[in-house]
Amino acid sequence: MSEPEVFGRIREEIGKNDVLLFMKGTPVFPQCGFSAAVVEVLSELGVKFHGVNILVDPELRDGIKQFSQWPTIPQLYVKGEFVGGCDIVREMAETGELGQLLKDKGVTLANAA
Amino acid sequence: MPMEADEIVQLIKQGIPGAEVEMQDLAGDGDHWAATVISSAFVGKSKIQQHQMVYGALGGRMGGVLHALKLTTMAQKP
Repeated sequence: MSEPEVFGRIREEIGKNDVLLFMKGTPVFPQCGFSAAVVEVLSELGVKFHGVNILVDPELRDGIKQFSQWPTIPQLYVKGEFVGGCDIVREMAETGELGQLLKDKGVTLANAA
Repeated sequence: MPMEADEIVQLIKQGIPGAEVEMQDLAGDGDHWAATVISSAFVGKSKIQQHQMVYGALGGRMGGVLHALKLTTMAQKP
């Protein structure tokens, strides 16, 4: 079976943006508590990221779940690598792992200690 | 129809034999759950893989009938 067409678009987005969040709503106006939580974590770290609102794109909404083999939104990608959803991102932020991962990948943090 | 805690626990235990599962009703509405899953099957797996194993056990219900499950996975008790 060939892969869904939407995978191409997903790869393009991931390739274009070092830190990419597939989310419900926009970074300024998240429409789900879980998406809002990840936006908050990233903002606290001072990470510049691009948000993709999957609510306005049903094809992408289904496609990203298949692409990542992950059933829920939000989904965070850093330099092409799937980092996780809300629970993992929050846990990693608490332990400092997330900041470390971003630094290791060469992402600039405005609020780096 | 939201899922009952027992049903969620059963599915996870079926998918990951020997797992310990603790459920917490986050909002008191029987629809927003937190689950802590402890299993030696998680040893050597990344967090993403651990969560994927739980989602796999739930067989596609996550994101569908089960819309809110805050997940914590551990290879052993803290």
